[in-house]
Amino acid sequence: MVRTYDASTMNTRDETRDATAQDTRTATEPLLDVRDLSVSFDTPDGRARAVDGVSFSIQPGETLGLVGESGCGKTVSALAIMRLVQTPPGRIDGGQIRFRGCDVLKLPEKEMRRIRGNEISMVFQEPMTSLNPVFTCGYQVEEAVLLHQKVSKREAAERTIEMLSLVKIPDPRRVAKSYPHQLSGGMRQRVMIAMALSCNPSLLVADEPTTALDVTIQAQIIDLLLSLQEQFGMAILMITHDLGVIAETCRRVVVMYAGKVMEITSVQDLFKDARHPYTMGLRESIPSFAPRGERLKVIPGKVPDPLDFPRGCRFSDRCKYAEYRCDNEDIQLREVGPNHWIRCWKDVQGG
Amino acid sequence: MASPQLEATRSTAPAAGGDTLLRVEDLCKHYPIRRGVFSRTVGSVRAVDGVSFDVRRGETLGLVGESGCGKTTLARAILRLTDVTSGRVTFDGVSVLDLGNEEMRRLRKRMQIIFQDPYGSLNPRLTVGSMIAEAIKIHRLAAGDAVRARVVELLDRVGIPAEYMNRYPHEFSGGQRQRIGIARALAVSPELVIADEPVSALDVSIQAQIINLLKDLQEALGLTYLFIAHDLGVVEYISDRVAVMYLGRIVELADAVDLYRDPKHPYTQALLSAVPSLDPGKRRSRILLPGDIPSPANVPKGCAFHTRCPQAMSICREQTPVFKEVAPGHRTACWLYDK
Repeated sequence: MVRTYDASTMNTRDETRDATAQDTRTATEPLLDVRDLSVSFDTPDGRARAVDGVSFSIQPGETLGLVGESGCGKTVSALAIMRLVQTPPGRIDGGQIRFRGCDVLKLPEKEMRRIRGNEISMVFQEPMTSLNPVFTCGYQVEEAVLLHQKVSKREAAERTIEMLSLVKIPDPRRVAKSYPHQLSGGMRQRVMIAMALSCNPSLLVADEPTTALDVTIQAQIIDLLLSLQEQFGMAILMITHDLGVIAETCRRVVVMYAGKVMEITSVQDLFKDARHPYTMGLRESIPSFAPRGERLKVIPGKVPDPLDFPRGCRFSDRCKYAEYRCDNEDIQLREVGPNHWIRCWKDVQGG
Repeated sequence: MASPQLEATRSTAPAAGGDTLLRVEDLCKHYPIRRGVFSRTVGSVRAVDGVSFDVRRGETLGLVGESGCGKTTLARAILRLTDVTSGRVTFDGVSVLDLGNEEMRRLRKRMQIIFQDPYGSLNPRLTVGSMIAEAIKIHRLAAGDAVRARVVELLDRVGIPAEYMNRYPHEFSGGQRQRIGIARALAVSPELVIADEPVSALDVSIQAQIINLLKDLQEALGLTYLFIAHDLGVVEYISDRVAVMYLGRIVELADAVDLYRDPKHPYTQALLSAVPSLDPGKRRSRILLPGDIPSPANVPKGCAFHTRCPQAMSICREQTPVFKEVAPGHRTACWLYDK
């Protein structure tokens, strides 16, 4: 029997699976449970279905990776969780986003504001454009604290310095008085993290937090995020296109392609036992995996146009294993191993 | 004495010739910092600060370093797209910096550049065909119908269907635009191609396609590449030899295999250790560098890296280390090896 994917079964309804499938995490309610989320955007040329029936869940304190190439819908999923999808042109067409059991999509804006920045906060890719250039960094962190916590201005200022030193900014008092352009990229990202964590959120959505940074600075920021997670126990949704960042930070990974989840698996299996042809292709196209002198294995073609997705499996036109039904029939996520789901008719690796 | 050693470093030169196509000696590019009403020069940004290296015919020399280390300025200086403060650039025996405009124009045919941003480097108002044809006509490489035939051949070479030649750049995806950029560079049949972060803006699956294309073209046309990138995995894969830059200087240069297996300079060691491990559960032991890269307007005295170096000694703060050979074909600028 093929069970259809239900994000909450991943760790909660363990009685339905055999003993080997037992996850080490206890059967708690997920912190965040996204089900069948669909988001589309109006464009002059038609409706682009950026996110189409995406489901996943995050346990408290867990780091979940969301990986995929540009335009696969990973950032839009994150924005939908924060309810930051701009409407119009965007529209959430359906689905549920349950945070601690309550549907975020149904909350009045006022309630949402209490959650956003307080319970769930977000770190963006480009710290220069997400910090306001005309206010000092200290002011911006302080603003977040004042908005969400019942503290006096002085306490907020103290909390700001405390947060800035927590993210290991040398000389936090000076940085608090600096404007974003006076800081380096790594320092700006630290300020963003300080701001995001100032209200002690239970979920941090990190959207490509290290992509704009140099590799040595990236290493600093990843180490910082992991140590802060250890300290505060927040869950992290790590959105990235970099499988290296995934390997270093996550336990479980969701692979997205053209608005759909293609594979959900543990990070070990992602590298050793990926089952979806897209995931396999993604891994094989990384030069570090290729022996020197040999040609890289590539995924031919390019990502389909979101205005005109192919019928059936959206990867079928680039997939070397595709057959008739891949081009014609829709396919649901199915389980191919313990906590391992793929959206593919054929299980090429599994036989 | 750098130059005699340049020859001595040849250990694993590719069989094809092995002679030097491009030689860069002590190249400096300083930008003056002007202040005040009279625009007095109060200092300088030392973007490239005494760089020497050779590129051998037919090889790929990778050039890595973090943002602001001077990689792109170096590329532009070699092609004379920016004026040079001092130093020498020799291309196939010709001193590039001494050439007059007309001679330089002719030489440009032999050295071309591919840019990082395929969106910004293609003229949005020209069709792809006319853009490539322009290069052919300017250098009078063909006329009449032959131009069109050549454009078709070039597009075919980079995997763009010839019927797309009347389309504009915005009608193509990022990967296709990079292919067009490559076709345009190849239009004049260059010998040296400087690729400045050619795959950094692309998704992994497209990146792999472009890397394969560059390798195929090198094989088919005998191209020499100076491949600039910040992605250490890509550079390791594509390069025969790799040079590492930090604050306007080359700190290490070696055969790619040697450099990745046995990095000598503490900066290279830290850089390589910072690359995320693609093996989950097996985290690399990291050398975390403290702080940020100093501003090139204010390069630290002595070894530029001493402010962040975990192994800095007192001499590092005083004197600039000499770039010299520490193992066969392996050169580095570090006092640790001066014994």
